[in-house]
Amino acid sequence: MGNSTLLKEKFNPEPLKEVLKEYEGEKGVLIPLLQKTQELYGYVPPEAMEMISEFTSIPVSQIYGVVTFYAQFRLKPVGKHLIRVCHGTACHVSGAEKVTDAIVNFLNVEPGDTTEDGLFTLETVACLGCCSLAPVMMIDDETYGRLDEKKVRKILRQYKSKN
Amino acid sequence: METQKRKIVIGYGSCGIAAGANKVYDKLREIVDREKIDVEISETGCIGMCFREVLVEVREPNGDSFIYGDVTPERVEKIIESHIKNNTPIDEWIVKSNKVEGSENKFFSKQMRIVLRNCGEINPESIDDYIERDGYKALEKVLKELSPEDVIDKIYKSGLRGRGGAGFPTGLKWKFTRQSPDPVKYMVCNADEGDPGAFMDRSVLEGDPHSVLEGLTIAAYAIGASTGYIYVRAEYPLAVKRLKIAIKQSHERGFLGKNILGSDFSFDIKIKEGAGAFVCGEETALIASIEGKRGMPRLRPPFPSAKGLWGHPTCINNVETLANIAWIILNGEDTYAKIGTEKSKGTKVFALAGKIKKGGLIEVPMGITLREVIYDIGGGIKGDREFKAVQMGGPSGGCIPKSLIDTPVDYDSLTKTGAIMGSGGMVVMDETTCMVDVAKFFLNFTQAESCGKCTFCRVGTKRMLEILTRITEGEGKEGDIELLEELAEKIKKSSLCGLGQTAPNPVLTTIKYFRDEYEAHIKDKKCPAHKCKKLLTYTIIPDKCTGCTACAKGCPVDAISGEVKQVHVIDQDKCIKCGECVTRCNFDAIKVE
Ligand SMILES: Cc1cc2nc3c(=O)[nH]c(=O)nc-3n(C[C@H](O)[C@H](O)[C@H](O)COP(=O)(O)O)c2cc1C
Ligand code: FES
Repeated sequence: MGNSTLLKEKFNPEPLKEVLKEYEGEKGVLIPLLQKTQELYGYVPPEAMEMISEFTSIPVSQIYGVVTFYAQFRLKPVGKHLIRVCHGTACHVSGAEKVTDAIVNFLNVEPGDTTEDGLFTLETVACLGCCSLAPVMMIDDETYGRLDEKKVRKILRQYKSKN
Repeated sequence: METQKRKIVIGYGSCGIAAGANKVYDKLREIVDREKIDVEISETGCIGMCFREVLVEVREPNGDSFIYGDVTPERVEKIIESHIKNNTPIDEWIVKSNKVEGSENKFFSKQMRIVLRNCGEINPESIDDYIERDGYKALEKVLKELSPEDVIDKIYKSGLRGRGGAGFPTGLKWKFTRQSPDPVKYMVCNADEGDPGAFMDRSVLEGDPHSVLEGLTIAAYAIGASTGYIYVRAEYPLAVKRLKIAIKQSHERGFLGKNILGSDFSFDIKIKEGAGAFVCGEETALIASIEGKRGMPRLRPPFPSAKGLWGHPTCINNVETLANIAWIILNGEDTYAKIGTEKSKGTKVFALAGKIKKGGLIEVPMGITLREVIYDIGGGIKGDREFKAVQMGGPSGGCIPKSLIDTPVDYDSLTKTGAIMGSGGMVVMDETTCMVDVAKFFLNFTQAESCGKCTFCRVGTKRMLEILTRITEGEGKEGDIELLEELAEKIKKSSLCGLGQTAPNPVLTTIKYFRDEYEAHIKDKKCPAHKCKKLLTYTIIPDKCTGCTACAKGCPVDAISGEVKQVHVIDQDKCIKCGECVTRCNFDAIKVE
């Protein structure tokens, strides 16, 4: 979830090597390993999949299959700020779509993508667990509730001016 | 909970944090430290009144309790000044109290707290708090006095049924797993909570993790497992953190590990974090996921109780199911079986959300009616609008209309409506909710989450989604409703797991109860709830327009024209119906129909 400061940098295998050592000899480690990888790099780089393949003797094709199966894993680096708009049921009936549209229009970015300046990545998720504050979005670790278009624009403007 | 000092407790569930608990805490800490006030500051999980967060409770040494709602850093200052320093509680901000009439006392009067017995009461990161409220006494009793068969018998007699959705009798499931001859067995807690509008399990894990650990350990003893897993949803970092703390504490106190409490029973628990796939809540997919594979369900039988994780017998129970166990052991299976209806015993936790005044986490005895839940506990519909339907069971469930609002909350009555009890999501909808859009929403979800194994689930849901999409875009055709019904039946029949078997339910129930809305979309090209964008027309009301130009400036396609201080007009050919003008207009001058 962390902000990838490694955006567009060269792949550094060292941190992953450290992690692999901890999992020596355990069963069913593929998913935890991929989660650690994403924690380290902000996404799952192809080089990391190859290293994990060598370590676990699971073919890269199968690892790729697992990575693409689970929504959590990203194959592209994330921007400096990760925006997650809730599209759970409560948020949906309270206007999640309008919130998303407002972000899309304001930042000129589609869900799943990162803005050109690398500042924001937009994702939609199901239920952030604050349904009573619907509609809700999270930017990094901060949750914003009871949103409408105006509030969204105001919040995004603040983030933009901070950078 | 006798402590000598006065205690100030902040609600630190996800909802509280989202509402600003951190800022309130900082302010409180600052004042208390600066003025050297003699109080203990503590935190607790979700109290349930999410609609009044941030919640701060003042607990007097004599046990009296005052819970303040909508607390801000400014209010904290006043509360300290008046209540803490001058012993004068600020009545108008109190939402619940045993001493004064709190504005939300009624929210609790029809509730009954078994699963949530400690949520909002204890500090979830303190095992002592849990122990003080009879925590781990049930485990002690089980290990010292009861055989595994006794435990299974008690749970069976209590009538407890699985709270993860299917409602299978828990005692029976334990019995089957115990009877499998393989000596290596696994006990798994399903904390994947996939329903996208529900947060019961999360609140329990965040607010009272030890109750789940205790239930899991007792279950493991009953079935004969020495390793347990908790499979937690990826999006629940706080729950994971608190579980890890709780597991560590239990080890230190000897409630987990080798020879628990001096018995010859040993048990250890590992946490597995999910990776964001709804289907992994299904038990066979969950097993595949723990094994590190793509989370694809497989055909049952063999059931996990015979052949589960790594080929060994495995028992899987939901968080809420497990949180009931210690209570049943301590208070007796007969006491539990007295609560609820003939076939649905005990209580059920619901996440009440949507167009409701008092959204939050509630626990009610089975048999209570939906009306009581929505009006007496939930306070009715937001803005006093007309109640339209309540969605239960998430993507596997359905919408129950106003005409059935007196349906009792029990497994059989709810199933009869076409919805299901589900895991506890209860989303209330009002006249501004379009039922076709709701059906499309859920189908969009299941379609995207289908693992792709069964053709009907993979392709059928896609076809249904296409039809629903065209209906909401004004392209619906005669016969579309019948086509949806036909596809729905086929998908239900030819899917392997519960995802596909139940995916059409939201569509079928909305067709059943709101067919006229479908027809309005298809025949009249109108959305009665004014929700489906493409079916709307935006016009400017000349009497209200002041010519401020705000709408024209905001329109992304320059469809609005007009001079300053003159009435503006919208060019219908250019309008993309984004609604931007409505949000820009400060004079309610835009009519939508
Ligand atoms: C698509 C699908 C998703 C499910 N998601 C969950 C879930 O998130 N949590 C859960 O406890 N059970 C879920 N279940 C039900 C489980 O398969 C299983 O029945 C349940 O965990 C058993 O526990 P219980 O007997 O205590 O209810 C799901 C089932 C299906 C078919
Ligand atoms: S539906 Fe958005 S927070 Fe639950």
